[in-house]
Amino acid sequence: MADAGTAVPLNLMRTGEKGTIAELTGGHGLRNRMLALGLTPGAEVTVLQNYGRGPMLVRVRDVRVALGRGEAAKILVRRGEG
Amino acid sequence: MNRHMPHQTAVLPEVREGTVLVALAGQPNVGKSTLFNLLTGLHQHVGNWPGKTVERKEGRFTYGGVSYRLVDLPGTYSLTANSPEEVIAREFILQERPDVVIAVVDAATLERSLYLVAELLALPAPVVVALNMMDVARQEGMEIEPEVLQAALGVPVVPMTATRGEGVEALLETVARVARGEVPYSPRLPQIREDHRPVLEELEGLILGYVPAPYPREWVALKLLEGDPEVTRMMRETLPQERWERVHALLRAHDDAQVAVASGRYEWVGRMVRAAVRRPRVGQIGLTERLDRWATHPVFGLGILALILGAVFWLTYTVGSPLQDLLETYVVGGLAEGVRALLEPRAPEWVVALLADGIVGGVGAVLTFLPILALFFAALAFLEDVGYMARAAFVMDSVMHLMGLHGKSFLPLFLGFGCNVPAILGTRVIESRRARLLTILLAPLVPCTARLAVIAFLAPAFFGRAALAVSWGLILFSILVLAATGAVLNRVLFQGRRSAFIMELPLYHLPNWRTIGLSVWQRSLAFIRKAGTVILAVSVVIWALSTFPGGGVEGSYLAQLGRWLEPVGRLAGLDWRLTVALLSSFVAKENSVATLGVLFRAGDEGLTDLLAAAYPPSVGLAYLVVQTLFVPCVATVGVIRQETASWRWTFFAVGLLLVVSFLAGMAVYRVAAWVF
Repeated sequence: MADAGTAVPLNLMRTGEKGTIAELTGGHGLRNRMLALGLTPGAEVTVLQNYGRGPMLVRVRDVRVALGRGEAAKILVRRGEG
Repeated sequence: MNRHMPHQTAVLPEVREGTVLVALAGQPNVGKSTLFNLLTGLHQHVGNWPGKTVERKEGRFTYGGVSYRLVDLPGTYSLTANSPEEVIAREFILQERPDVVIAVVDAATLERSLYLVAELLALPAPVVVALNMMDVARQEGMEIEPEVLQAALGVPVVPMTATRGEGVEALLETVARVARGEVPYSPRLPQIREDHRPVLEELEGLILGYVPAPYPREWVALKLLEGDPEVTRMMRETLPQERWERVHALLRAHDDAQVAVASGRYEWVGRMVRAAVRRPRVGQIGLTERLDRWATHPVFGLGILALILGAVFWLTYTVGSPLQDLLETYVVGGLAEGVRALLEPRAPEWVVALLADGIVGGVGAVLTFLPILALFFAALAFLEDVGYMARAAFVMDSVMHLMGLHGKSFLPLFLGFGCNVPAILGTRVIESRRARLLTILLAPLVPCTARLAVIAFLAPAFFGRAALAVSWGLILFSILVLAATGAVLNRVLFQGRRSAFIMELPLYHLPNWRTIGLSVWQRSLAFIRKAGTVILAVSVVIWALSTFPGGGVEGSYLAQLGRWLEPVGRLAGLDWRLTVALLSSFVAKENSVATLGVLFRAGDEGLTDLLAAAYPPSVGLAYLVVQTLFVPCVATVGVIRQETASWRWTFFAVGLLLVVSFLAGMAVYRVAAWVF
């Protein structure tokens, strides 16, 4: 992919795309909740559903996690398989 | 009935000689409740954690002649203070020092569910890992070696499938041996990621000698690095000023340490998983993913939700309402007659009336709620147990944003159309205290069946053929008021903050009837015990107000109160009779029609004509608006008190609805008087 290597916000990734989490932005509280659900830097995520609006659905560490778009925007992902 | 259960009075219930204290910990959706129900059966008690609105379940069982006390800790993903649940879970282990902690993990999502184990091992209580859902893991093509996991973790691991009762005997045996100290216990603890080790050591040095008992020093240091609000506050209060400033500066300089701590745990988890999982999941598309293509679809998902909710309501009305009528006629009616027959000749008239009308009436108010409640509880528990609840929250998330809430508040609010009582009890699915409180405050604005029945009776009286349009308009209006109130409350009370929407969508699975049955039983019991007493007391008071000093409703204290309040009612066009009807609806919404009947000396048929003659449509409309948004019935107020565990919030809710309903009524009256 052309932009492989640069991290993009998770909410911009399309259904079926895979990537590796590069960074979590956002406050301590939100980061703690993400970390507890397995969304850590280095973890691989697969976008299961993203219709461009409304919450999205990803798979991380064999678990399906639903995220609001605002929350997803705070996760930066490097595209491509890890 | 024993209303003074120990959980309400004592933080530290006495531990009887020889009783082993076991805590049950685990993440949500790992089968923890199934295991709890399996071990304790009906020997369990459900209450709240002291001072919290989090459900506390405790049970007893005996094994090998020894008696055990089993405390079900709230299901949490981690032990960092993100919510009251996490604080409750870790404080229980730290303060009460259980003899054994059973950590339930899901074999099919081992990587994520071992994360909590990584946190539990850092606390000073021996852990036994219950490796649950071995059947699901097998179905997904995974092969896990429990002995290898045990060797890698350094703590006992028991493979099991709680839904089929497999492995329970082995688990109990292991727990018994650990409690007797017969099992060598040397857990391998996770380490913070390499690059942050010096920071952790420096921090530990700074707090050395200042950490209050019973907190372990390294644990406190880790929680500080994670930015845990509770531990940070504790250390700010205990450390001398100069020390705290150094700690604070160190934490500020290592803002990313939180990620290093969690990554360290996941590295540890990764090592365990690599050792113990011989064959990973086969990359097939499971049933859950296939179902979710429909259930979480933005369009079809809403359709499926509508169908399911339709089915729930259909069931409630075809089964619940007739049962309710039967109870009303035979049990409550029969009881009142029985009391009369028994006492009539001997006791004074007012005593008979108090017992037959006041008390039996109040008991009836509690009792007749039960069939509908039990059905709603069953539907909720079923949807939760099979895993659908999270999907409903997912598809409704965008809509709920408009009122400062997120998806999880939808289902409880929607249930309010049936009855506000289960709606408020159903808010337990919402983890965030803020979102839950807001949902409880908004729930009474959903017009329940009883209120819809009043609308259905009165709208034709005032509006004739336009009644249907007016009824729909009223429902729509309530929803708009709800959304507006939600948006305003969220801004005023919670500064517009919305709790983050991030949650797991669990695997779908077949319902566990035992879990559902126990949930219905416990919740019905809690309703009778807690809300029931409030409902009974208030019903009797209102009955007395509308009976004494004599001369029927017209001459009663209630009527005097109505006349006294008339100047207020006038603002919305209401005279004293409509005001009294409103007040009497506090016991049950249907009462307002009956009260108007008495005040107008009308039979059922005559009332509509009398009302149409007495009031212009503007007053009729204003009355319907106030009636629809008014303070909910006493049962709802009772459960608001039960669920918020606070009289302050209960009074706030009542006051809020008084203000909202009157403001809306006044506005509608002015506009309607001008239009008609």
